[in-house]
Formats: sequence, C-alpha cells, structure tokens
Amino acid sequence: MSTVLFLAHTECDATLHKSALEALTAAKGLAEGLGHTLTVGIIGADVAAAADSVAGCGAKIYGVSGPGFADARYASDLAAAEAVARACEAQIIVAPATSRFSRALPGLAVRLEGRVDTHLSGLDVVGGQPVARRWFYRQRMEGTLTRSERPWVLTLDSGCAVPFSGAGKAEVEALSVDVSSVRTAVSGLECPSADQQTIRPDARVLLVAGAGWTKKQADGAVHVDVAEETILNFLTATKSSLGSSKSLVDISGEGHAVISFLTHMHQVGQTGSSPRHAKGLSTCCHGEEPHVVGWRFIGERRAINTDAGCGWAQGKCDVLYVADAFAVMKKVNELLG
Amino acid sequence: MSELHIVVCGSIVPDPLQTLAPMEGPTGWALKNEMMLPAVLDPWAGHALYEAAALAKKHPGSRVWLVSLAPKAKLQQVMMAVSQKAPFELVVADGPASGFTDSFETARVLAGAIKGIAGLDTGKLLLFGGWQSASRGSGAVMQMVGEMLGVTEQFQGVDKLTLRDDGSMEVKERVEGGAYQISVVSGAPAVFGWATGELPEPPNNPQIGMQNMQKNMPALMQAKPADLSGSGLKLSAVAVPQQRRETRVVKDVPVDDMAREIVEWLKA
Repeated sequence: MSTVLFLAHTECDATLHKSALEALTAAKGLAEGLGHTLTVGIIGADVAAAADSVAGCGAKIYGVSGPGFADARYASDLAAAEAVARACEAQIIVAPATSRFSRALPGLAVRLEGRVDTHLSGLDVVGGQPVARRWFYRQRMEGTLTRSERPWVLTLDSGCAVPFSGAGKAEVEALSVDVSSVRTAVSGLECPSADQQTIRPDARVLLVAGAGWTKKQADGAVHVDVAEETILNFLTATKSSLGSSKSLVDISGEGHAVISFLTHMHQVGQTGSSPRHAKGLSTCCHGEEPHVVGWRFIGERRAINTDAGCGWAQGKCDVLYVADAFAVMKKVNELLG
Repeated sequence: MSELHIVVCGSIVPDPLQTLAPMEGPTGWALKNEMMLPAVLDPWAGHALYEAAALAKKHPGSRVWLVSLAPKAKLQQVMMAVSQKAPFELVVADGPASGFTDSFETARVLAGAIKGIAGLDTGKLLLFGGWQSASRGSGAVMQMVGEMLGVTEQFQGVDKLTLRDDGSMEVKERVEGGAYQISVVSGAPAVFGWATGELPEPPNNPQIGMQNMQKNMPALMQAKPADLSGSGLKLSAVAVPQQRRETRVVKDVPVDDMAREIVEWLKA
C-alpha cells in the first residue's frame, strides 16, 4: 500500500504549530481518500511531546531529534526529511508551508527524484486522484492541478484546513541522521519586543498604511510625526497588525519620508505578504489590482481615502470613507480611548 | 574575502499594473495575450541582482552573471532597461517565463545553464535569486537549482548578507511573525533566495547599459531553446476569482460620524 507522509517540525516550545495541525488534517483526508497509509514524521530537538499531541491520528510516527535539529537549517532539515521519507517509502509528502519547511522541502523533491508543489490553498481527492489548488501571479488567479510524478512533495499554506485534534501516547521510531558536515550555525532570532512588534499574524484586524501618510497634506507640508503617532495609537488601542501598501525599499528609493517603524516585512500585496485577518482597514492607500492582492484573504474590508474612485477601494472593499485619514483616524483613536 | 562568483537567477514577469487573465491554449495554460503584455524583471530577482552588484563592487575581481529562462525577444526588451542598473554577464535559456510551467523543470534548465558558464568557480559560488516570483510564486526553484548543483547551505527570505574577513557570512532571513533568523555560514558555496533586501533600485547608468548590452547581445542572439517537456504537471482549471464587492461609499459625512461607525465595526 502506498504511503502519505505528513511531515512536521517542532516549535521552540516543542509543540506543533497550528499550521502543522492543519496540514495533518489535509494529509489524513488525502490518505483516507486515496486508500493510502498515513505516516507521520516529526523533526526537532525533542519530538516526544509533539508526537503525543497527534497520536490520535493512528499513524506510525517517525522522529528525527537532537540538538542538530533544534534550529531551522536547510541542510539538517532536508537530511532529516529525506531519512523519514525513505524510511516509509512515501509516495506523497504533505507538510505545512512554514518558513522552515519552505526553505528545505523543495530540495527533498530533488533528493527523492520526485516533484514539488508549494503554498497550496487546498488538497482533495477527485476521481481517486490527489488534486491540489494554489494561487498564481501573486494571488491573482487560482489553479487546480495534479501530477503523475511520485514522490510528490506538497506544502500547504496556513488557514486552508481545520487543525487536527487528537492527543494520546505516541510510540516514536527514532531515526539517526548525521548532520556533522552542515556548515551553517543559527546564532539566534531578532524579534521586536511584544510591545514594539506591529506584525501580528493572529490579530483580528489588519491596518494597512499607504504611502499617502508620508506625502504632503492639505497645508503643503509632510506630517510623518503625526502619521506615526496616529498609527501607533491605533495599533496600541486595538492590537491590530500593521501592513504597508508599499515596501520601505520602494519609498526610500523614491526619496519619500519613511515611517520609522515600517520594515520591509510590513508590505502586503505585490512583493509583500497576503495575510489572513478577519477585518482590514486601509488608510491612504492608492492603486489598482496588483496592489490589492494584499486584501485577497481579508474578510471584511473598509478603506479611508480622499479619492472616491480609488482602485484600492472601489469593488475591493465593503465600505469606502471618502475623507482625510489623518482626521478620521485621530477621531477613531479618541473614541477607542 | 577574495573575489566572488555570484550567479543571479531571474526571469521576467508581466508588468504588475497589467490586468491578467488566464486562457487555455494548445500547449496548456497561459496568460491571455501573454507575448503582448509589457514585461519587467521579476521584482525579487531584481532585488537579488542589485544586492549582487553591490557585493561585487565591494570585492574587486568579482563577477556577476544573470541567468534567465525567458522568451529571448521579450527578455531583450526588458534587458534594455535592466542593463542600465548594474554590470552583469547574461546567460539565456530561451523558453517560457510562464507561471504555469513546472518549478522542477525550470530549476533543471537553470542548473544546466549555470553548469555551462565558462570560468565559473563553484567554490566561490554565491547563487542568488528571488525567494518567490511574481509569476509562479512557488518559492521552490532556487532550492532545487542549488540542490542540483550540490550546494547544500541555503537561505530563503534573505534581507541582509554580511561578508566577513574570514570568508564566513552572516545571513538575516525572514521567519514568521515579523522576526529574523540570524545564521552564520562558513563560506561559499551557498544559495540565497532574496526577499526585498535593503537596497533601493539603482538609478539608470547609460554607460553601464552600453557595456552590458555589448557583451550580452550575443548571449541573447545565441540563446538555445530550453526543453521543459519532462513534466507530468496537469492544470485542469485556472480562474480569476469573482472578487467584486458592492462598495458602499460614505462621503459628505462629518468625520465624527465616520469615526464612530468605524469604531463600532471594529468592536463588533
């Protein structure tokens, strides 16, 4: 019988991330739909607790653990994934599209002489065949695909399945993998403090700050200091996540003033991210379809803009407030206390 | 650190301001009027190229190659602009730049083209590219090219690369939640999939453009057709989602009323 392998890595607290549990749901559904055997592989410093957390799936569990697998490194993660895939002779490998696995697992397709499809938005069985869905051209069109090659490595984006739930007592078959020749050492993470961090993937609301905040206002002057205070006050009051419609690189390259706490990673749409939040409020954003892909996975959308015909808003958001965002957001902050 | 051999993989994508629509043709899925759409260098590949050029400038004797799988006529148009940004040697595989081609086949063609570069010292190789693309967006090609070339120290979502005097390199990679992972790799060869990096787009320099086009035109003219026929990938459907919303426009209303409505919505 063929095998569907679910691959996961532990987080720094030895648990599995929600996106991994979502991918397990998809892998389990795929295995059941195809009549294949489900196998689990977990990589990390210590995989026991993570294995227990998914023991209820009933699959055989392989583990690759030890200090060499605590950190996210291409070479060690790939070696571990390869060992598990070969041990269970996996035909289909399903994993979460975390930064760690997005770095390592495409290489697994080469090692196994298989193929890879990444950032899937859905995974089903149709007519006895595995069928995947993913976005193309920056979330502007969605495709449905399958392929004949095996092994087939698949990574699933977060938010596309229900997280698996079913803890128990797991028996883990440990695999030994030598990573002594890896030349990369992880020296740490650089994270803003919880108060300073304005990228909050789990927040209910996304505030998108457009380039308009840094441009000349009605009085002919730039008011970046006021913009910064207004945006920060809103984020503090609502614990929203912050996105920008243009990258810091683009803005600084064009000679515009820059909001000091915006980094490259805040950008949504175009060359930025496509975050998932229940609500989104865009302010001072302008642009057409390609700029608006940052909206694609936002539930309820509202915008504040001085241009009633703006392509960011018309047809893309539910409510458009035609007004000066400086004035409206100042009042919003007052009401939020 | 001595001179570097930096290979940047990058292709062309439709100008992001264009409206894109998929269509199925005799050879599979493509964009409607794809060859008519104005094209640009993929933005992440652009960031990688500018970072490569800046690094090479700091290390005299270094060389930068741009390896591209793209329709050569279209690539030539894009190169007229890109060539003015930074000095590089162009290597071309003449084939589709479509987002619907298989990432593995793309990687195989690129790896083959890199293996054919005369004078490339793989011991000094820094393999650059975008960590994603504005076409397929798989974020998988660079890893596979590296793996096919036997380069197993790899980094993705890179925003900063610092070369040290002892040959080691410190890398800042984007990870979840707006954080960076900091790693140190002992030296080349290594793969770097760039995010946006930290450099703005360089201004046009016609002199660099002339020099680039003189040496790169033959590469365009002599580009061989790329074979991407080995894929078992089957796209059964591609569609632009129905995304038009009925936008309620609120105008000529006091700011206080707008703010009150927004706060009620946020709290609901």
